[in-house]
Amino acid sequence: MRRAKFKAAAVAFIASATLASATLASAPAQAEIASGAVLANTCFSCHGTDGKSAGDMPTIAGKSEDFITRKLKAFKSGELEATIMNRIAKGFTDEEIAALAKFFSRR
Amino acid sequence: MTELTRRGFNKGLGATTALGALSLSGIAPATAAGKAQVVVVGGGFGGATAAKYIKRFDPKIGVTLVEPSKRFVTCPFSNTVIGGLNTIDYITHGYDALKGLGVEVVHDSAAAVDGAKKQVRLAGGGSIGFDRCIVAPGVDFRWEAIEGLDAGTAARIPHAWKAGAQTLLLRKQLEAMADGGVFVISPPVNPFRCPPGPGERISLVASYFKTAKPRSKIIVLDPKEKFSKEGLFKEGWAALYPGMIEYRNLAEDGLVRRVDPASRTLYTDFGEETGDVVNFIPAQKAGKIAQVSGLADKTEWCPIHPRSFESTLQPGVHVIGDASIAAPMPKSAFTASTQAKVCAEAVVNLLRGAAPGAPKFINVCYSLVGENYGISVAMVYGYRDGRIVKIEGSGGLSPSGATPEFRRKEADYTRGWYESISRDIWG
Repeated sequence: MRRAKFKAAAVAFIASATLASATLASAPAQAEIASGAVLANTCFSCHGTDGKSAGDMPTIAGKSEDFITRKLKAFKSGELEATIMNRIAKGFTDEEIAALAKFFSRR
Repeated sequence: MTELTRRGFNKGLGATTALGALSLSGIAPATAAGKAQVVVVGGGFGGATAAKYIKRFDPKIGVTLVEPSKRFVTCPFSNTVIGGLNTIDYITHGYDALKGLGVEVVHDSAAAVDGAKKQVRLAGGGSIGFDRCIVAPGVDFRWEAIEGLDAGTAARIPHAWKAGAQTLLLRKQLEAMADGGVFVISPPVNPFRCPPGPGERISLVASYFKTAKPRSKIIVLDPKEKFSKEGLFKEGWAALYPGMIEYRNLAEDGLVRRVDPASRTLYTDFGEETGDVVNFIPAQKAGKIAQVSGLADKTEWCPIHPRSFESTLQPGVHVIGDASIAAPMPKSAFTASTQAKVCAEAVVNLLRGAAPGAPKFINVCYSLVGENYGISVAMVYGYRDGRIVKIEGSGGLSPSGATPEFRRKEADYTRGWYESISRDIWG
């Protein structure tokens, strides 16, 4: 039940960014770039391309979806303290966090 | 909350782009007719990222990068070269990785971008046609805003705000300066590239003086009332370089009216300062190619649609990075690179006849106050009502009064950021 709901929310989120544009824009849509990728790309500047860090930031590629989700939510709530990730995580909705977790867990 | 406006904007943008494409070229979007061509002008943080990410999103799209330099020297971390912590090689990057992805790299300058004819004219002759063009020209200096200086005097009074020869020149002058000398630095008015950059430069020059020339002094003449991360920088200066830095802001007669390059004297309304080394960072505007191609408005910066970074003045041409008007995002390397990724996604979608997705950006500006003393400012940005907006509750500065361990960690992350972003872009 909980899982199904979560999945539905993630799908709905991914759909919202891309489908909204695809269906409403007058031009025909081809395979669009998943919004998860667009969200995740901005993280690469610190965490490395695809989350494979080249420096001191942790590599997040290949961590489990659950691990990434838990960490980001803990940074967001302040339960877990970091130098900068609290400030960053607060900028993302739970749906976006789910999309990010999905993206990086599959790298 | 943003869903309605998002849709509304998409609809509008989709319609105008489709019409634009039809009226300009009389054909359907390029992918229908064959291989789409994108020309990227400028191989810095914005341009090189855009070239790479278009290929990443769709390797079939032809991408040509026009960049005069064979090797690119980054402004980020150039302060570490000026402060003697790194060599210039460390901040110099080539284009082989981009070539490996299939990007055609043309080492020439763009003389003009013609949105109507859909071509980029090259300074060395010839032109390259495009379906869409991404211009990332960085900044140029408004020499006219300061009496006594011009591009020629930069050989004596370096700006070092474009990295490379200027970085090395300033380093050389500081090395040649005797202990007990005076370094005068004057940061620019807003808006300018890298808002915390002057603070970091002052810091790393102080770090160099502290070990190599401890009797030396730094005088800062700032034409502004406040500067980025001011509280954190001043806290760090008091801790690491007590008594070395004298900072004067606008209210304290910090506005420089005139510079005499021969004597290295800066004249303010009520006084003057002569330095053994003077670093004057001029006021700025969008890079020249933007000015000559009708991409800049009367502010001398480039207005864009914040969702796609398509110019509001030249359809089919996108402007990213320092040159674009993308407030509240700062003019930083991080911003340029993350804008480039959003722009690349938008360009690929537009070439496919689809509308761009929803943009979301992070910006982090790390600065070194000392080798093991880092500070940061961060912000997450979204898109609402046709504008780029700060996400409420996100971002902000490193805490004041943090532990040395915290500052040390952020210094390591400063280096980590540079490693990751430069590898992300230049391989």
